[in-house]
Amino acid sequence: MREIVVISGKGGTGKTSVTAAFAHLAENAVICDLDVDAPDLHLLLDPHVVREESFHSGNEAVIDREKCIGCGTCLDMCRFGAVEASDGEYRVDPLRCEGCKVCVAFCPEGAIDFPSRHCGTRYVSDTRFGPMVHAQLFPGQENSGRLVSELKKEARRLAGEMGRDLIVCDGSPGIGCPVISSLSQANLAVIVTEPSPSGLHDLERVAALCEHFRIKVAVIVNKHDLNAGHTASIEDLCRRKGYALAGRLPHDTVVTEAMVARKAVTELEAEDFGRRVKDAWTVIQGLLNAH
Amino acid sequence: MIVAVASGKGGTGKTTVAASLAVAWPRPVVAVDLDVEEPNLHLFLKPKLSGIEAVTLEVPDVDEGKCTYCRKCAELCQFKAVSVMGRAVLTFPEMCHGCGGCMAVCPEGAIGVTTRELGVLERGVARGNIPCLTGRLRIGEAMSPPLMRFVRTAMVRETLPDWADIVIDAPPGVSCPAMSAVADSDVIILVTEPTPFGFYDFSLAVEAFAPLGKPMAVIVNRAGLGDDRVYDFCRERGLPVVAEIPYRRDIAEHYSKGNVLAELDGDMGARFAGLCLTLQRQTGGGAHA
Repeated sequence: MREIVVISGKGGTGKTSVTAAFAHLAENAVICDLDVDAPDLHLLLDPHVVREESFHSGNEAVIDREKCIGCGTCLDMCRFGAVEASDGEYRVDPLRCEGCKVCVAFCPEGAIDFPSRHCGTRYVSDTRFGPMVHAQLFPGQENSGRLVSELKKEARRLAGEMGRDLIVCDGSPGIGCPVISSLSQANLAVIVTEPSPSGLHDLERVAALCEHFRIKVAVIVNKHDLNAGHTASIEDLCRRKGYALAGRLPHDTVVTEAMVARKAVTELEAEDFGRRVKDAWTVIQGLLNAH
Repeated sequence: MIVAVASGKGGTGKTTVAASLAVAWPRPVVAVDLDVEEPNLHLFLKPKLSGIEAVTLEVPDVDEGKCTYCRKCAELCQFKAVSVMGRAVLTFPEMCHGCGGCMAVCPEGAIGVTTRELGVLERGVARGNIPCLTGRLRIGEAMSPPLMRFVRTAMVRETLPDWADIVIDAPPGVSCPAMSAVADSDVIILVTEPTPFGFYDFSLAVEAFAPLGKPMAVIVNRAGLGDDRVYDFCRERGLPVVAEIPYRRDIAEHYSKGNVLAELDGDMGARFAGLCLTLQRQTGGGAHA
């Protein structure tokens, strides 16, 4: 079984549009949206949910006002500034609470509860391109790598059960916890970038992250015709660092037209753009098979 | 006054707007990049770097000479950063959130402090008069919130004496890092685009930020592309659309060269100057509300 993860560093470079096209072109894949914070792939794939489960991760401190004597131990010990006191009443700001349990353990009155945190929902769905695993975190929750790992595990289980040999994942922007989790055990990271100072800067960082975890990198330059100079710099970086160049895609409103039509861009009659995405997919399949 | 520029969806133009506001701002202003995973604001404001400070987190350093293997530290740690296996204590510093619980709970005083590097805080000045603060996460570091906390503390400490206003470039998304980036602000600017992805992530962002009770204003980037749902939603929710940036190839090319949108030939400068005044009026003007 092979796993590819589409990431970008910078947001909005076209990760999800490219992933949807790959989901369309792949013949025997499980599709997985690992951007659990702001997932968009479902908008193109129109999943029919067959199973949903709530996702709990960690705990949060809640002060019982009846038992609290206002000693201030929790306030003194919390390193996250999550405990607030006003007029002698203590409370925990759930947005700042990291769930470390220090206040719970040191409260002399045992006045702090520690319920588990319900963070979101995860789904297994059917789509026209095959099975899909996805999730939605509740707004403001910690974007835990734990949910990302759970989704990947579910995708692998499903692929094994259904005899599918590929997992195509849409990743998150950035280089932090969720991205690191999404790279775990991946065979290939496909980085979608754009020819701008931000695109190049963020590509360098996220590709360095992949190297750090020894994940092979392929690069797609989206909107390549916006700036020939930066496109050349990106391709030069790839040659220097040994990243595979999987393709160039033009700046084209067909991507938005596909989005509005709720389709993968390869499902539209978009000859040039569609052909270029197919070429990139062929390169990526070659890289996976050479692995 | 603190203005946070946030979005939900990535790549909608947060940095474009934050850089333009910083350049057009009519009062002393500090530009702060809290998108520590992929900081980009400096690529447009191009500050002259004046200093780089390493930012670290306190993590446990166990003195096995004093340890009695009582396991209290491992039982308290919620992040699997300390574990006791027979007569050995293993620490996993990269898992540690820096809560200090193990150090406090150890009855033998056997747990001291060492550090893990989270990243750096870069200081500089752009255009001769715009101080810039940039948090930059170390590659391989998973946790951005503690670095963001450090940058936010520096931001508040360093701007207070001058009564300068602050423009924050926030990270994308609506989870913990995005929420913490807007927590200090007096007004949140949401930058979106009128596409299905833009709209969906924008609605998540509104849902996430509305409970904070802060005034919100919307900027629609790439106006003319896609559909009208962002506008309908703003009308329904009473969210003011304070500016539109048209979908034009010359704007995309200007951006791709690392230029600030407020400095594009034409009326962009005047539009952003007007926007600054609107924001100041909306929040009652003045410094640090």
